[in-house]
Amino acid sequence: MTPEVLLSILQGLPTTLVLTAGALALGALGGIPLVLLRRSPVALIRLPVRLLIEVLRGIPPIVWLFLIFFGLPSLGVRLGPLTAGILGMGAISAAYLAEIYRGGLAAVNQGQYEASMALGMSTPDMMSRIVGPQVVRVSVPAVATYGIGLLKDSSIAFTIGVNEMLYFASSESRATTDAIGPFLTVAAVYILLSVLSAWGARTLNARLRRRVAR
Amino acid sequence: MTVLSEWGTYFPQLLQGLLVSLRLAAISLGVGIPIGLALAIANGSGGRVVRSVAVVLVEIGRGMPALVMLQLVYFGLPSLGVSFASFTAAALGLTLTTAAYTSEIIRGGLQSVPAGEVEAAEALNMSRFDTLRFIVIPQGMRVAVPSLMGFSILIFQGTALAYTIALPELLATAYSIGSSTFRYLSVLTLAGFMYVAITVPMSMLTERVELRLSRHL
Repeated sequence: MTPEVLLSILQGLPTTLVLTAGALALGALGGIPLVLLRRSPVALIRLPVRLLIEVLRGIPPIVWLFLIFFGLPSLGVRLGPLTAGILGMGAISAAYLAEIYRGGLAAVNQGQYEASMALGMSTPDMMSRIVGPQVVRVSVPAVATYGIGLLKDSSIAFTIGVNEMLYFASSESRATTDAIGPFLTVAAVYILLSVLSAWGARTLNARLRRRVAR
Repeated sequence: MTVLSEWGTYFPQLLQGLLVSLRLAAISLGVGIPIGLALAIANGSGGRVVRSVAVVLVEIGRGMPALVMLQLVYFGLPSLGVSFASFTAAALGLTLTTAAYTSEIIRGGLQSVPAGEVEAAEALNMSRFDTLRFIVIPQGMRVAVPSLMGFSILIFQGTALAYTIALPELLATAYSIGSSTFRYLSVLTLAGFMYVAITVPMSMLTERVELRLSRHL
């Protein structure tokens, strides 16, 4: 492990972070319509959405990235590696987060729904102003755990040529006689990032928890 | 129709790949879960040194992306004079990841066994080993089963990462067909369906088992 190797790998850190944050943001937003449709009283809407969520989660992330990056061009859709990575990981995240939100919706105190209705609130108002914010708060630990997993999974984008951290580690490993050092270094960086983000998530959660009705 | 007839010609090759994926997942889980159990016990009841070692191993195993683990074993270790074939390297990497993750799942299960049962076993003069073997592990593992099944689905998906170390599993087979025919979308879609054919029934089964077990809580 030399400082040069570490510096070279850190060149990929911004891309790793952009990829993770982009996919998580896409998933956090995309998960909202998915969970709402997944709970629709109309079976014709609910069942296809449920199937979509199962398929998104059931195909390995690396296969999704290959489908988007190598498969879509034959339909005339050509995306850069980073865009393909964010879209693919984002779509998978939306499915996972929809399931997390579903648990969050169930965790919101029943009295909150009843009180909103008693006040004559419309369903969209109730969801966006009363229930939604509480779902966000109770979902934080699960979303954070998912986000940390996503940070590690973002390394998969290396296989479609996104120049994130593992990409640089791999090329360092091939360029020098020290084949193992770069991989150990990148592993250490990932572990450090996971530990830091887990600590950040705990702090955030402690803050938000104070504002959930019991 | 053309797509279907294409799929007909790809299917036998992809099936071979799927079998490699399944074998890899089975070995990684079969070896990794017992190691996970050992780590969980070390973490729960070992002395301070044993416990610290277990905690560090688990944190490293969980903090490291599985893909980095595979690259490290396959491309990194040869520089220390240890080389493995693709399958062995993939099995080793996924086993270590499995051990680290499942030890946390199992630890949660073991902790759910009420302390009173352990005290009762002690009062009956059972040895600590017997208490673990007859009281804690059977009940704790049962609680851990749904999460272990969920994790197994992820490890099966993780076998696709072995594509990067030249193992002819399902994704690698699909990709190589794609690169010789330029029909990436078609062959990768079929491969995707084959993954789904395993993972979706498995996740439905997991939900069933979870419901069944929660009846007794």
